[in-house]
Formats: sequence, structure tokens, C-alpha cells
Amino acid sequence: MAGGATPIPTPDTAPFWEAARAERLAIQRCRSCGRHYFYPRDFCPHCASGDVEWRDVSGSGRLISYVINYRPLPPHDPAEPQIIALVELDEGVRMLTNIVGSPAEPDRLPLDAPVSVEFEPRGDWKLPVFRLAGER
Amino acid sequence: MTATHGPGSMHGVGSMHGVRSMHGGNVAVVGAAETSGLGVLPEMSMVQLHAEAARYALADAGLSIGDIDGLATAGPLPMEVSDYLGITPRWVDGTMVGGCSFLLHVRHAAAAIAAGAATTVLITHGESGRSRVGMSRYAAMSTDTASGQFEVPYGALLPYATFTVPALRFLHERGMSRADLAEVVVAQREWAMGNPRAFRRKPITAEEVLNSSPPVAYPFTRDMCCVVTDGGGALVLTAADRAADLGSAGRAVYLLGSGEATEAPIMSQMADVGSFGAFRRSSAEAFATAGLSHSDIDHLMCYDAFAHLPLYMLEDLGFVGRGESGAFIASGATRPGGSLPMNTNGGGLSYTHTGMYGMFAMQEAIRQLRGEAAAQVSGVRTSFVQGVGMYFAASASLIFASQRP
Repeated sequence: MAGGATPIPTPDTAPFWEAARAERLAIQRCRSCGRHYFYPRDFCPHCASGDVEWRDVSGSGRLISYVINYRPLPPHDPAEPQIIALVELDEGVRMLTNIVGSPAEPDRLPLDAPVSVEFEPRGDWKLPVFRLAGER
Repeated sequence: MTATHGPGSMHGVGSMHGVRSMHGGNVAVVGAAETSGLGVLPEMSMVQLHAEAARYALADAGLSIGDIDGLATAGPLPMEVSDYLGITPRWVDGTMVGGCSFLLHVRHAAAAIAAGAATTVLITHGESGRSRVGMSRYAAMSTDTASGQFEVPYGALLPYATFTVPALRFLHERGMSRADLAEVVVAQREWAMGNPRAFRRKPITAEEVLNSSPPVAYPFTRDMCCVVTDGGGALVLTAADRAADLGSAGRAVYLLGSGEATEAPIMSQMADVGSFGAFRRSSAEAFATAGLSHSDIDHLMCYDAFAHLPLYMLEDLGFVGRGESGAFIASGATRPGGSLPMNTNGGGLSYTHTGMYGMFAMQEAIRQLRGEAAAQVSGVRTSFVQGVGMYFAASASLIFASQRP
């Protein structure tokens, strides 16, 4: 199994990581302008409103871009190529993540492919990662 | 202060050196040098690399330590370098936005000189990027920052696994391919073959870049990634009117325009994955402040930690239209004899890359403008230097010229 660094939540990001530990993907939405945003902040970076809320989202999106890293850093298994990817959620926010469940082959990783979230244990927390539709 | 110091007094300070604007060629680079060695230098620590480059740049200017009243650097704190050299500055700049920080230092130093806040500024870079002597280590990276929480846990820490991630999107949106990345490598290697100081000098074909060079992070092979080296460089800036009195007078290089811009601290949040807004903004300001357009530029340096960056830059700076960067490079336009000579030292891909390459991009622009480059292009009067900081987080653009306008 892939290993890696464990995130250390801060007061502004703790709701994201607490939700992830419960296997929910939660991101913030501004009640003033209606837009979702990421990474976590106490106010909206688009309109500066402090009237913001956490929302659970479906965790579905699409693959925007990626690399297949053949030289992963420890504690990741150096023999196992790592897919480091950008996904865009249906709510319009982008996240960096890993693609799991797909072979590390470009033909099996078409851009714009639909993806969905799942959660991988990492230290005391769980990390949102994504899987392409149809890969098991 | 007396009552006679009214609103006009700042203009009085500026006119002491005949400087009113930081642009228009009023500020000059009067000293420029790299360390004597470049590449593998385990016998030198980071600060030694700063100091050697600084002393060579001062000698190049015909100035001594006592003439310097301003110092800028990134990596170490300014006082780590100024005190080591024996400088007591009245102006410092420790702006750190990644590898283009030294371009911002030029811009800030020019503003300081124009405002009278400094007279003669030394900008230093040194990095033991390969041997890691006297350097901090990546392993010390905390995981409670934005990057530490939202990038590093996914293995996105080192440049080859992070800076490279947007490239497939850029290519996909334009119907381009990995072959376009390979052409960047081939074009720049042609320049490096004529440069004895370049780290990679062996001729290479696009086919070899794609299929023989070891894979690092698909779509990137090793030759699409920069070299990893030790080295340093330094610049000395002062008012152009003072430059005329120095030993380097005939070799002074003038700042015509500049721009700087930042975006998000983590790559996933860049506003548009296939085009970097900070490149567009800082380059537009550099052109506007210089009063020049693309056809006025004789020579171009594009900070190339990885082969996709010159493609982004050519398009975002407006030297070519959207989707035209790959064909432009494949046509030979940026190679020796081409219409827009680019990265003529070989670039970060072939010449040197200590970790923060921006200083070396400027050094090559200055050599070309002075007529002193290893692979000299004839008739270079203007050079555009484009830098990037961190992983699509910051941008800086400078336009230098061999003559005052």
C-alpha cells in the first residue's frame, strides 16, 4: 500500500480533515456569492464575505491532468509508480490528489475521465483520493 | 528638516543621480558574474557560492565592498550574505518567491535606486543544489502549511512530481503532444553544444528525448527535466549616470521595463491550468513600462526548470498565439540562426540549474547584450527575461537593453 506524509490540520482546515476521517468530502461554499472554494479559509476568496458554510459534496468530478511519478519519495514504495493528479469536482473546485485503482498507463488515464472520491488511511487521518469510473 | 522640504523634495533626492523613474534605462547593471565553477562543487558551501559570485561581480564593476549600500538575496536571509561579505547595508530585500526572486530583486533595487533609498545594490545567488553543502533540506518541510496539507501527502513535493502536473492539460487543450516537449530540449541542446560551461552538451534528437531518456514523471523524461547543479551568480546595479564613471561603463546594461505577479501558493489553485495568469500580467507590465512590443525583442530567456515552461511562456508572453508554441520551436525559430534566439546558454535543461535558476537567466541576457556570451548572437540590443517562482506561484519579467533609449 502506498504511504506518504501525514497532513497536520490547522484550525482553518480541521473541518476538512475531520470530515475526511469520517469518509465525507466537505468543502466550503459562500452563502453570499454562491461559489464553492478550496483550500479552506474562514471567508470567501472570491467576494470576501465571512458568511460561509461547510458542505458535504458527492466527490464526483473529472481528471484534469496528471503525472506518473516513477521516482516517488519514501515512505511511498519506490517500485510502485504514483499517479499525482489534478481533479476538478462537480462544484468547480480543483484539488491535487492521487489516482488509485488504475494501472500507471497513459492509455488508461484519459483526461476528462469521470472520477469519484474514496478515502485512504494516512496516520491518524484519512486522505481523499480518486478513482476513475469503471476501474476496480 | 526645514519648512523648505515640501512635496518636491523626493524629486530632489532622485535627481541627485539623475534618476526619476526606475525604468527608461535610468538604472544599469554595472557588474555581473557567475561562480568560476558550475556543476558539481562539493568543496563550496551555499554562502561561499554567494560570496565568490559577489566578489567577481564587484571586480567586474570595478567597485569594492565599501561601495555597496544595498543587498538583496533569496534562500539565505540578506544579513547572512551581507555580514559574511563585510557589508553594512542601508537597504535590504529578502523577497523570496522561488527561483525568479532575483528578477524581483532587480526590479526592487531599481525602484530603491530611483527613490534614493540605495545607491549601489548587490544581488547574490548561490545554491549547493546538487551537493547540498550548507543548505537546508526538503525533509524539514512541515505538513501543516497549505502545501504540506494538500500537496505533500500525495507525493507532490519535489519539482519533477509537482511542477510538471499541469503539462498534460496544456498539451491536451491545444492538440499538442510529448513531441512538443522533446523539441524544446533539442532546440536548447543546440545552444548548449556551443557552451563549454553547459552541464549537458551531448547532441540529442527528439526521438532520443522521448524514447531513450529515462522516464522520470510521465510525460517527462530525464532530459525534459533540468540539470541539478551547484553554482552562483551576482549582479551590481546603480544609477545609469553613475555607470558612465565606472570601469565597466562600456559594458553597462540598462533596465527598460519590469513586471512581477503572484498567484496561488499551491499549484492546484492556479486560475487556469493551461495558461499562467502571472506570466501574462508581469510580461504585459514589462512591455508597457519599457514602451516596447514583441518585435522589438532580439533575445529571450525563459526560465525552464522543465520543458513545458518555455511553451507556456512563449504563449502567455504573446510571442506566439495560443497553440503555436510547439510548432514555433520545432521550426527552429529559437535555435541558433533563428528569428527569436531563446535560452542561448542551454537553459536550465542543459546549462545549469541550482534550484533557483533566475540569476542564470539574467546572467546570459547580460552576456548577450555585452557581446560576451559563449554562443553569442550577433546584434542583440534588447533581451526579455521571463522567470517563474515555485510551481506556477510567481512570475517576473525584465527587459534589458545594451543602450539607454
